[in-house]
Amino acid sequence: MPIKRPKIAVFKFASCDGCQLSLLDAEDELLAVAAAVDIANFPEASRRMLKGPYDIGLVEGSITTPHDVERIRGIRKMCRVLITIGACATAGGIQALRNWKDVKDFTRLVYASPEHISTLDRSMPIGSYVHVDFELRGCPINKYQLLEVLNAFLNKRKPNVPTHAVCIECKLRGTVCVMVAKGTACLGPVTQAGCNALCPSFDRGCFGCYGPMDNPNPHALSKHLGQLGESRRDIMLLFRGFNAYAEAFRKESEAHEE
Amino acid sequence: MLRRSGKRVKPMKNRVIKVDTLARVEGEGGVFIKISDGKITDVKFRIYEPPRFFEAFLRGRNYSEAPDITARICGICPIAYQMSAVHAIEDAFDVTVGGQLRALRRLIYCGEWIESHVLHVYMLHAPDFLGYEDVLQLAKDKPDVVKTALRMKKIGNELVRIIGGREIHPINVKVGGFYRVPRKKDLLALVDDLQWARDRAVDTAKLVATFEFPDLEQDYEFVALHHPDEYPFNGGRFISTRGLDIAIREYEFHFEERHIPHANALHSVQKGVGAYQVGPLARFNLNFDQLTPIARQVAQDLGALPPIKNPFKSIIVRSIETIYALEEAHRIIEQYEEPDAPAVKIVPQAGIGFGASEAPRGTLYHRYRLDDEGVILDAKIVPPTAQNQPSIESDMRKFVSTHIDMDREQLTWRVEQAIRNYDPCISCATHFVKITWE
Repeated sequence: MPIKRPKIAVFKFASCDGCQLSLLDAEDELLAVAAAVDIANFPEASRRMLKGPYDIGLVEGSITTPHDVERIRGIRKMCRVLITIGACATAGGIQALRNWKDVKDFTRLVYASPEHISTLDRSMPIGSYVHVDFELRGCPINKYQLLEVLNAFLNKRKPNVPTHAVCIECKLRGTVCVMVAKGTACLGPVTQAGCNALCPSFDRGCFGCYGPMDNPNPHALSKHLGQLGESRRDIMLLFRGFNAYAEAFRKESEAHEE
Repeated sequence: MLRRSGKRVKPMKNRVIKVDTLARVEGEGGVFIKISDGKITDVKFRIYEPPRFFEAFLRGRNYSEAPDITARICGICPIAYQMSAVHAIEDAFDVTVGGQLRALRRLIYCGEWIESHVLHVYMLHAPDFLGYEDVLQLAKDKPDVVKTALRMKKIGNELVRIIGGREIHPINVKVGGFYRVPRKKDLLALVDDLQWARDRAVDTAKLVATFEFPDLEQDYEFVALHHPDEYPFNGGRFISTRGLDIAIREYEFHFEERHIPHANALHSVQKGVGAYQVGPLARFNLNFDQLTPIARQVAQDLGALPPIKNPFKSIIVRSIETIYALEEAHRIIEQYEEPDAPAVKIVPQAGIGFGASEAPRGTLYHRYRLDDEGVILDAKIVPPTAQNQPSIESDMRKFVSTHIDMDREQLTWRVEQAIRNYDPCISCATHFVKITWE
């Protein structure tokens, strides 16, 4: 009797599609993954949409509308394991910049007919509405980390996803510290690893794609950035990026509001 | 042909064709078509992707952040957003980026075209023509074809990764140039792969040209960028098949966006004219002479010469553009010399800047107003899918009206395919659009 393959589903909320695209970008692994699991619902790739329940649900995007609140609750019930992928799903994403503004003003700015817009005041991570079994960080996620997380859950083990700082990755790959050597503002000391210290290896400072690391000290970093000559406004903007509403970054950006 | 044709059913005078979740497109959309008394009474390409308000929260951000922030509008074509953004801001600051830095921008754009076009041709569009629900089902019957496609796509991604740092949301593009320029030897390492992929792209064009193309032609006005010296990626002028010829900064004098609630879509139209079409067909029909000799020869051999008006044939044109992008990438790499500085010096000044570039799925327009410190005061972004929405709905209407007797399942699939002709990016289109639910 053939072994029943685990059913995997991919769901999208407010996002850019990039994190689920990571699955299709795993060119060398895609066919092997598709052989090992049943990709039962992945609208970006297939018009075949099987009904739940699913063994694993991958959720991309943040919750920004009343309808999506209902939808994520339904999805949670259908998925034995729910994994959020990317900064939108784990921290509210870049669209969480609305959380500091009056969303009605935003609507009027962009739309000719704002009365037709139905939207919540805040862009929130999936985890603020339903229980999430694992949050995979990144803007975008790292496709190898995605494969690792899938592998781990399918084999009932803990995913090996480091929660230390980007700084550790710089040291491991032998990249010279851009902050020490060039005085470039860098969020590496407080940002979770996962990109293999990509920006410092391209002579630029980290801008926090993977969100706050485990136990960060953003206040100490801000002090140092101030000594490097960064203005309060620039420090505020640096923390208020793709993971702006992750707690540690949110508090630090708010501490630098004018 | 549609393999999963189902049984022939009696055509009904009254029916509704509804697809709640449109598959194999980027983003969330659906289809709603209502037929009463044998006539179409409603056609909607519904978009329910939630709004993300990019233009609003760009206000107050530094100019240097625009390429990274706008990239997040779309994970499939981040380079397009980065390119239109840097060109618009450089326009405001009166800066021109030329020489090898401009060539590198073209090179990274080639990478995006290759990966996006191959993704669409093989993984999103070809399954429709061959009667498969997705590329994974296709892979069961034709594993070698799919493996070849995946390798081609990977080569495009490699190009983006080497120059940009990663495939999705690359980190190396900045106003003025790059943070770090690639080594020539790293680019040369790609040449064998590019040549291999070029030959496979020729095979691809020949393969897709054998598909059966439903009959659908409309008298579209095609609009694309045109550059005197090259097939368009960055910059140039907007031209059209009806004689439009304007500078990028004149775009908003001629085109406008409308928020049409009853149509449940935000449409971009040409003032006083109406619908127009951007994308591969438009570029091809307007810039054919600037393709490489091999790309032109393949088009000729396949009888695929401009003007091509059947949007189902966009799959052929994407394949030909893939040949072009692979050859152009090879040419740029051969001629590449590492520049002395990775970027030109930028001095912010107050002003308005305009930029446009050719995303894989069509022209992407940006406009920024900045203060003298380079802080963004306001921004406007018009993605290709917003511009193509009127044409998409018009195609749906035309196709259904001429195939009203087709059985429901087939017709639904064909209408989906007609939308996928445009490789619509709903995530892009809805960076500002919100559709109310029925």
